[in-house]
Amino acid sequence: MILAVGEGLADLSNTLVYSSMVVYALAFLAFTAEWILGSRSKVARTAAALTAAEGEDEAGASSAQAPAVIVRKGGSTSVLERPKVVTRSSSPARDAVPDGPGASGGDVQGDTYGRIAISLTVLAFALHFSAVVARTLAVERGPWGNMYEFSTAFSMVVTGVFLVLLAARMNVRWLGLPLVTTVLLDLGLAVAVLYTESAQLVPALDSIWMWIHVPLAIVCGGLFYVGAVGSGLFLLRDRYEANVAAGTAVRPLMASVMERLPSSVSLDKFAYRINAAVFPVWTFTIIAGAIWAENAWGRYWGWDPKEVWAFITWVAFACYLHARATAGWKGRKAAYLAIAGFLCFLINYYGVNIFFDSLHSYGGV
Amino acid sequence: MTDDTQTHERADEARALAGLSTAPVEETEGAEETEGVEGPAGVRADAGAGTFGGRREPGARGALAWLGRETAGWARWFWRQLTSMRVALILLFLLALASIPGSLIPQDTVDAPLAEDFRARNEALSGVYEKFQLFDVYSSVWFSAIYLMLFISLIGCIVPRTWQFIGQLRGRPPRAPRRLNRMPAYTTWRTEAEPEQVIDAARRLLKRRRFRADRREDGPAGAHVAAEKGYLREVGNLVFHLALIVMLVAFAAGRLSYSEGGKLVVQGEGFSNILTQYDDFESGTMFDVDQLEPFGFRLNEFHSNFSRDEIDMGTATQFRADVTYWDEEGTERDSSIEVNSPLHIGDSRVRLLGHGYAPVISVTDGQGDLAFRGPVPFLPQDKALTSTGVIKVSAYSGPDGEPDQLGFQGFFSPTFNLDAERGPHSTFPEPDLPVLTLNAFHGDLGVNAGLPQNVYQLDTSDMEQLRDESGDLLRFNLLPGESIELPDGRGTLTFERLDQWASFQITTKSGNMWALVSSLSAVVGLAASLLLQRRRVWVRAFTGDDGRTVVEMASLGRTESGKIPEELAALAAGLRPDAPLVPQDPTTAPGTPEEPAGPGASGASAQPEGSEPPAEPAESAESAAAEGARP
Ligand code: HEM
Repeated sequence: MILAVGEGLADLSNTLVYSSMVVYALAFLAFTAEWILGSRSKVARTAAALTAAEGEDEAGASSAQAPAVIVRKGGSTSVLERPKVVTRSSSPARDAVPDGPGASGGDVQGDTYGRIAISLTVLAFALHFSAVVARTLAVERGPWGNMYEFSTAFSMVVTGVFLVLLAARMNVRWLGLPLVTTVLLDLGLAVAVLYTESAQLVPALDSIWMWIHVPLAIVCGGLFYVGAVGSGLFLLRDRYEANVAAGTAVRPLMASVMERLPSSVSLDKFAYRINAAVFPVWTFTIIAGAIWAENAWGRYWGWDPKEVWAFITWVAFACYLHARATAGWKGRKAAYLAIAGFLCFLINYYGVNIFFDSLHSYGGV
Repeated sequence: MTDDTQTHERADEARALAGLSTAPVEETEGAEETEGVEGPAGVRADAGAGTFGGRREPGARGALAWLGRETAGWARWFWRQLTSMRVALILLFLLALASIPGSLIPQDTVDAPLAEDFRARNEALSGVYEKFQLFDVYSSVWFSAIYLMLFISLIGCIVPRTWQFIGQLRGRPPRAPRRLNRMPAYTTWRTEAEPEQVIDAARRLLKRRRFRADRREDGPAGAHVAAEKGYLREVGNLVFHLALIVMLVAFAAGRLSYSEGGKLVVQGEGFSNILTQYDDFESGTMFDVDQLEPFGFRLNEFHSNFSRDEIDMGTATQFRADVTYWDEEGTERDSSIEVNSPLHIGDSRVRLLGHGYAPVISVTDGQGDLAFRGPVPFLPQDKALTSTGVIKVSAYSGPDGEPDQLGFQGFFSPTFNLDAERGPHSTFPEPDLPVLTLNAFHGDLGVNAGLPQNVYQLDTSDMEQLRDESGDLLRFNLLPGESIELPDGRGTLTFERLDQWASFQITTKSGNMWALVSSLSAVVGLAASLLLQRRRVWVRAFTGDDGRTVVEMASLGRTESGKIPEELAALAAGLRPDAPLVPQDPTTAPGTPEEPAGPGASGASAQPEGSEPPAEPAESAESAAAEGARP
C-alpha cells in the first residue's frame, strides 16, 4: 500500500527526473560547444595536425624496424624526475601515436565550455540520484521493479561511472558528449514510453537477492556500456589511424573529431580495463540470480530466455577476453566482440522483457 | 645486423618472456601452423611419404607402421588444434550462437504448454524443428557436442598449464634478456656504488617487496637480479577454469539424480511423500523412487493478499502457506512456506508454486442420497483468478434408480462479472463476489475405462448435456450456500462454501552445493586472474665505459598495465639510496632506444654493442600478430 507520503515522493521523483533532464540537456549543449569550438580552433591547424599525425604515424610504422620506445612525459612515469621510466606497449606499430588533446582541442574557450559541461553533469547527476532515492522511498523497495525504474537507474550508473573516472583523474572527458547524449535518450525513453506508476512487487521478486542481483546487473550494464563506447570509438580511431598511415584521404570533419580522441592503443586499453573489471562482477551477478531462482522457482538454472541471454552475454565477454589473448583476434575483432557483448546485454534487458515469454516478465511496459 | 644475431636476440628475449602467462597463446600458435601446413604439404610432395614424415615401406608391416604413424600424427594434430586458444575461442563463440534459438523457440523443458501450443499452430515447421531438436535445444546433440568439445578443450588446456605452472613455481625466475631497454618499462642511471652492492641491494629490495628474486651471473662481466611476482594471477586463472569443469560436473550430476514432483493440496488436507500421492512426478535416471524421503505435511491455512490500489490492482503482495509437517522420526512442527522461502525437510525442499480456490460442493442423487461431497480445486486462468474446473460424480443413480454419472464443468470467479465479450469472469483475485458458473452433463464419464484421466477435464463424448424446463441448455450461477435443483428430479447440487488450495513443488537435488562452491570459486579465481598482474623485474649493474656503475632496471608484465611502469619507478626510487644518481653526459641520456645495453648475457659477445639501433622486424610473435590483425 502506498501512502500519501509515498505519492508525494513519487511526484517529487518525477519532478527531479525532469529537472535532471533539463540540466543534462544543458550539459549536452555545453559539451557540443566544447567540440565545436575545439574544431574551430582546429580548422586552421587541421592540415598541420594531419601531417603531424602522419609523421608520428610513420614514426610508429617504422618502429617495426626501429623499436618504438616512447617517453611518456608527465604520464604514469612522472613519479621520478630522473631517471625516467620508459614504456612500450605490445602493439608497437601504433605506440608512437600520442593521445589527442581532448574534445576542446586545446582551444581555451572550448575548454571552458568543457568545464561548464562537467559541472552541469555533476548537477544533473545529483538531481538524477535524488530522483532515484525519492523513488526508492516512495515505493519502499529497491528502485528497480519495472523497466522505467531500471532505465532510470541504468543511466544514473552511466553518469556515475563517468564522474568517478573523471574524479580518478583519468583522461575521459571525450566520453562526455556520447554518454550525456545517450543518458538523455534513455531518460526520454523512460519517461515517455516506459513510465509506470510506482507499484508493488509480486511476491516472487520480494527477496534479499533482489537487492544483490538487480543492482549489480544495473551497475554491470552501465559499465559495459561505457566499455562499449570505448570499443566503438576505438574502431573509428583505429580506422582513422590506419587511413592516415596509408595516406588515404580522411574527411576533415572526421579527422577533426578523431584527432582529438585518445590514440587507438589507449582506447583499446580503456575498453579492456573496464570490461575486465566488470566481467567478474557480471559472473557474480549471474550466480546471485541463480541462487535466487533456486529459492523462488526451485531450480538454479532453467534456460529461461532471461537466463539464456545473461549466459550469452557472459560467453560473449569471455570470448572478448580470450580474443585479446589470441593472435589474430586482438584489436578490431575483439572490439566487435565487446560491442556484441553489450548488445546481448541490451537484448536481455529490453528485448526479453518485451518480446519473450519469460518468467522474468516483470517488465510492466 | 646479421640474421644470426637477430635470431639470437629474439631467442634471448623469448626466454625472458617465456611462461609469463601459462597460456599456450603464441608459442603453440606458430608450432601449430607449421604442423598444420606440414600435413597436407607432405601428402602433396610425395604420395608415398606419410603426412607426418617417414616413407611407407612395402609390405603389410610397412603399411601397418605407416598407418600407426599417420593415425598418431593426425590424432596429435587434432588434439593440438582442439586445445589451442583459437579453437577454444571459436567453440565459445559457437556456444553463444547455439544458445540463441532456445530463447526464441518455446522449449519443452522450460514452458511445455507454450511449446505444445506452438506445435499445434505450426505443424510443418514443427516437424523441421523436431528434427533439429529445437524444442529441446539445451540437451540437444549439437548443443551438447559444442560444450563437451569446449570442456575437453578446456581440460586439455588446463592440465598441461597446471603442470607448467607448478614447474615455474619450483624453478627460478627467468634470466634477463641482454637488452633490457627493449622491455616495456625501462630505466637506467649511473652511480658511484659498486655493481655488487647494487645487486645485493636490489635483491633485498625486491624480496622486501615480496618478489621472488634470484641473482644471476651475466658471465664474467657482471650480474643481475631476476625477479617475478603476481603468481596468484595464474593461480586464479587456473582455479577459474577448473571451477568451470567442476560446475559442469555438478550440473550433470544434478540432472541425473534430481526428483521433482507437484502436488495440489486443499486447505486442511495433507500430503505424504510417496510416489502415488504426487499429481505429477519426474526424476533423473539415477534417482531411485523408492528412496523418497519419508515426510509429509498438512496445509492448515493459505493466506494471500492483493493490492487494491488503482495502479496495480490485483497484483499479489503476499502468499503464505501455513503448514504442519512431520519428518522421518514423526516429530511434528509448524512452519510457513512463502514464495521465496521454501521448507527444507531432510534433502527435500517444498516450495510454494501456486494457489487457487476450491469450492466445496455436494451433490445428492435422484434418490435423495449424498452422491458426492468435497472441495473441488478450480485452476486459475488469469491474474484475477477466473478459474475453470470440473466436478465428476461417478457413484450416482438417476431418478429412476439406475446407475448414471454426472459431470459439471464451468467457471469459478472470485469477483464475478459478466460481459458479452468475455462471458462470466473475475475482476479481482479475492472472493468479493464468489460465483460458480456450471454446465451439467449426464452419461458415461469414462472413468471406468481404465485409462488415466485428467481430473481437470471432462470427456463429454459419451455424455449428454442437461436442459432446463424450457429446453435450453442448463447453465447456472451459484453463490456460496446456494443450491440448485437439477432438472427432471436428478437431485441437487450445493455450493457449500469456499476453500483455498495451494500447489507445492517437492524437489530433491544433489550437486547444488558443488555448483555453488565451484561457481563462487570461479568468481574469486576470475577476479584474481583479471585484477592481479604477473610481472617480471630485472636489475642489472655493471661497470660502464666511464668507470661508473650503470644500473639498468626493466619490467615486463603480461598485460600492458600502467601500474607496471609505476611500480618500476617506485622500485627504482627504493634502490636509489643504495645507488645514488650521478649526473651524466647528455650523449647517454636515459630513456633513449640507443642506450647501450649491458655487457650482455651468454653468447652476446659476438655482437657490436650500442653502435646501431637494434633492428627487429618482429620482436615477438605476439606483436607481429597484433600487426597482422590490423586490416
Ligand atoms: C568454458 C569456457 C571458458 C571461459 C568462460 C573462459 C574464460 C576465461 C577468462 C575470463 C580468461 C581471462 C582472460 C584474461 O586473462 O584476459 C581466460 C583466460 C584463459 N583461458 Fe579461458 N575460458 C574458457 C575456456 C577455455 C578453454 C577451453 C581454454 C583452452 C584452450 C582456455 C584457455 C585460457 C587461457 C590459456 C587463458 C589465459 C589467457 C591469459 O593469460 O591472458 N579457456 N579464460
